[in-house]
Amino acid sequence: MADPMKIRARLQGDKTQVIVSMSHEMETGQRKDAAGKTVPAWFIQNVKATHNGKVVFSAQFGPAVAKNPNIGFRVNGAKVGDKIIMNWVDNRGDNRTDEITVTPA
Amino acid sequence: MKGSHIVQYLGLWIIGLFAAATIASASAADKVEKKSTNAKPPAASAKTTDPTIREIEKYREMLAEGNPADLWEARGEDLWKQKRGPNKVSLEQCDLGQGAGVVKGVYATLPKYFADTDKVEDLETRLVTCMVMLQGFSYDQAKKAPFGSADNRSNMEALVAYVTANSRGLKMNVALTHPKEKEAFAIGKKMFFHRSGSHDFSCATCHAQDNIRIRLQDLPNLTKQEPAQRAYTSWPAYRVSQGELRSFQWRLFDCFRQQRFPELDFTSQGSVALTTYLARNANGGVLLAPTIKR
Repeated sequence: MADPMKIRARLQGDKTQVIVSMSHEMETGQRKDAAGKTVPAWFIQNVKATHNGKVVFSAQFGPAVAKNPNIGFRVNGAKVGDKIIMNWVDNRGDNRTDEITVTPA
Repeated sequence: MKGSHIVQYLGLWIIGLFAAATIASASAADKVEKKSTNAKPPAASAKTTDPTIREIEKYREMLAEGNPADLWEARGEDLWKQKRGPNKVSLEQCDLGQGAGVVKGVYATLPKYFADTDKVEDLETRLVTCMVMLQGFSYDQAKKAPFGSADNRSNMEALVAYVTANSRGLKMNVALTHPKEKEAFAIGKKMFFHRSGSHDFSCATCHAQDNIRIRLQDLPNLTKQEPAQRAYTSWPAYRVSQGELRSFQWRLFDCFRQQRFPELDFTSQGSVALTTYLARNANGGVLLAPTIKR
């Protein structure tokens, strides 16, 4: 499994604000190294967040997303103490799963 | 000659580029996020009246919650606990100034004198010492590739992020009690004002006046308390333009590069002396690091 994500999940009113930082080089496949060789594409393709087994967020990233992607989204219906599970998969098949417990704002 | 000892400490010998990092690091086992805290980063305490700087700080506060430095911090914590090197030992017995294994609060008191090496050490020097004395690395191995790049990660920067984050919110408190600490401060101060190199620059050329900037970067007047506190407590930082977390050793290394000075050797006595001078001048400033910068 790859490097850990940094996740924050705070209940603000009736919505939970989730902010996630993913550790990933996100190579576009267009860059050339010092020797002139193209650095192969290596980027997160699918991101998913689940809460109580239900998918509450999903995304398909492409080469336009920058290194160490940072995303934020809101979840309805989560309570303090609930777990939100984040998962990403990249184009090499590598993946990472982390979870966070919802806390008050 | 008065300036000759300064010249020595500037480290005229160019060590050359460090080879690609070869320190093996085991990949993290499948583990779920357990150390994520929902704590908010502290607000800046050294208040400035300059409206431009205030706007930039507001922007930085907005960005602080998505700071990629957190990723370096997580990696640094793993490296601190990982058994590495010929001795297959972790860094958890490393004494950073407040006892073996104590990480909380140490960055606010560094640099300081250490009896086991009989010299003043900053955080990176001390980490090198522990990697050599505990883990069995050679000095060359421990100091290899201190500043990371896309193809070449730095373990040192990750460890710096981890240790510094454990002093967040504390006030800088560099003591100058030991004679060698006082000596380091005096040498650092002398270096700050010493003009040298092809452009006849000193640190003071850019950092001893109010209200000046280089291109669009404001230059803090490090001879005054409030800007000195604000500047030092913002390092280490995730430098967006570099895509990397940069430490104070890196900041000094880059200042030397910008002045067209000879390369500042990583953890050299000169670098520690300058750090002592600047850190001490920041006493009382609240540590915000690791922060995020342009």
